[in-house]
Amino acid sequence: MKSKAVSAPYLVWMAIFIIVPMLLVAYFAFTDANGAFTLENIARVGQYSNVFLRSIWLAAISTAVSLLLGYPVAYIIAHSSVKRQSALIMLIMLPMWMNFLLRTYAWMTLLEDSGFINSFLTSLGLPAFHMINTQGAVVLGMVYDYIPFMILPLYSVMSKLDPSVVEAAQDLGADGRRVFLRVTLPLSMPGVISGVTMVFVPSVSTFIISKMLGGGGNLMIGDLIDMQFLGTAYNPNLGSAISLVLMVLILICMGIMNEFDDGESQGGGMLL
Amino acid sequence: MKRRTKLAALLLAALLPCLGAPVFAAEETGEAVPLTGEKIYVYNWGEYIADGTDGSLDVNAEFTRRTGIEVDYSTFDTNESLYSKLVSGGASYDVIIPSDYMVSRMINEGMLEKLDFANIPNFEYIDEEYRGMSYDPTNEYSVPYTWGLVGIFYNKQYVTEEIDSWDILWNEKYAGKILMFDNPRDAFGIAQKRLGFSFNSTDEDEWIQAAVLLKEQKPLLQMYVMDQIFDKMESGEAWLAPYYAGDAAVLVESNEDIGFVIPTEQGTNFFVDAMCIPKGCRNKSGAEAYINFLCDPEIAAANMEYIGYSTPETAARELLPEEITSNPIYYPPQEVIDNAEVFVDLPQETSLQLDALWAEVKMGGPGDSLTLVLTLAGFLLLYLGIVVYKKAKRRREL
Repeated sequence: MKSKAVSAPYLVWMAIFIIVPMLLVAYFAFTDANGAFTLENIARVGQYSNVFLRSIWLAAISTAVSLLLGYPVAYIIAHSSVKRQSALIMLIMLPMWMNFLLRTYAWMTLLEDSGFINSFLTSLGLPAFHMINTQGAVVLGMVYDYIPFMILPLYSVMSKLDPSVVEAAQDLGADGRRVFLRVTLPLSMPGVISGVTMVFVPSVSTFIISKMLGGGGNLMIGDLIDMQFLGTAYNPNLGSAISLVLMVLILICMGIMNEFDDGESQGGGMLL
Repeated sequence: MKRRTKLAALLLAALLPCLGAPVFAAEETGEAVPLTGEKIYVYNWGEYIADGTDGSLDVNAEFTRRTGIEVDYSTFDTNESLYSKLVSGGASYDVIIPSDYMVSRMINEGMLEKLDFANIPNFEYIDEEYRGMSYDPTNEYSVPYTWGLVGIFYNKQYVTEEIDSWDILWNEKYAGKILMFDNPRDAFGIAQKRLGFSFNSTDEDEWIQAAVLLKEQKPLLQMYVMDQIFDKMESGEAWLAPYYAGDAAVLVESNEDIGFVIPTEQGTNFFVDAMCIPKGCRNKSGAEAYINFLCDPEIAAANMEYIGYSTPETAARELLPEEITSNPIYYPPQEVIDNAEVFVDLPQETSLQLDALWAEVKMGGPGDSLTLVLTLAGFLLLYLGIVVYKKAKRRREL
């Protein structure tokens, strides 16, 4: 009973700022400018299928790259001394102290044709690369901005991983590769799942990164929604419809992630 | 829209909110009026008023000093964000400064209060040609604040040929070095003028033709930008960019290689930003006093000298330094103005078409519902597949 009373403020908060807005989005998506019921908005979302595909694709790549880069980092941090751990985690968090717009802006200056990296290359007599305004630049921006969200959950799972489990596997004669594949990796799966979710969801709906590093030509879903609310037509109904489809997409993706999570934690349970 | 909101400066300002302490203009004579406790809420473009920096007049502080009315000043960055903020009823302001087509849209939708010109005697200084313009034909709702034209900024080092038309923005010689407006009205406007159409056309086919032209241009572009044009042009990253003449003050003076030209033959956009009072304002007399104050030629001149845009008052223009008023960038010859066109609000239907076309230009082509449905269905099937597979596996294990 007591614990329920304590959670009341959050429940109220959630009702007002999460549930009600979601209902409003649904309401707008199924009505026209005069408030009459219509399916036209949902039907019109179809014409933006390219944007959806591009967003999903770029977000998937960014998530994969973040996982590949983030996993070893989290592993190394979790296996260093306690004193070092806090210092390293702070280094991971450090860029997040700065506004993320500013960080993205900095990447823009670095990647430009006459930017820092290319000036450096040409001064060494090397050929310059065209980097800005490409999909690669957008992926780079997303990985850079969201990788802490991958590393932190991975690290918190790994640092709680009981070393005696690993030792038991070693005692039973497993080599390094097998210990990793059969013990460490399955047990860190919950971290992988939440990391993947926490990188994929903001990546798929990001808008300012694609605008700044993608040159405005690599439109993503977030840009599209932004255009509906701040564009010339001011069409919150269409914008809500796009958001709704995006939400469905994200829900399905999270459902898939959850399935992986369940299975592995059961496996982990058996191990313990 | 036409503002030099330097992103970095903006962020810095967001990080250091306490540094905006008012700087009182000491050079003006006369006693300060004690505070009356009244307050007005002003909503204007970013970087669009003299604020006391670089030795300029702090306009808002001066208004408070003369009238005792405090000013709560905030800024927006596009007409559309101003509109959506007002239409959603989230905020109430006493003075807003939208551009021409947004003024006419707000008039059409009944969002503006009629002004009481008895309270704005300084309206007499506004030149005849800026009164009753097409966006507010009876001139009941707005008082012009600034005006200007759209032209092409270019880097003289790389672009040596003479620019006399918008065609140069489609020239393959400069592929990858051209910037373009990142808002549909301005971007389509350039294509429309190239085709010889009106900005305010309601002919579907004309908009489609303009979209085709913009799609042709897209592969040649470096980027769709607004205020980033300053960084890109100054550093030489981009060589050609259409933008607003008022910003030449910053661009041309920061890098002497940058030139500015207005394509006179094909015509260009003549824009006016005007002061209005939205419905639901709380202090109408204070708002009118503020508008009146900004129309005072001395104040207007000090203000324009700082922001770099052009004033609609001859009396203010006479107070400005010779090098500004004789500069054809800021005050072009009459025939250039005559050949330019003003944006007017588009009917809802055309607006929707414009937005869809703009998204199409930026996407590189239209999509179709089938692909989207298939994608979603694919994800759903994957999900169901995993669930079914795991159930079967569990049953086997049991």
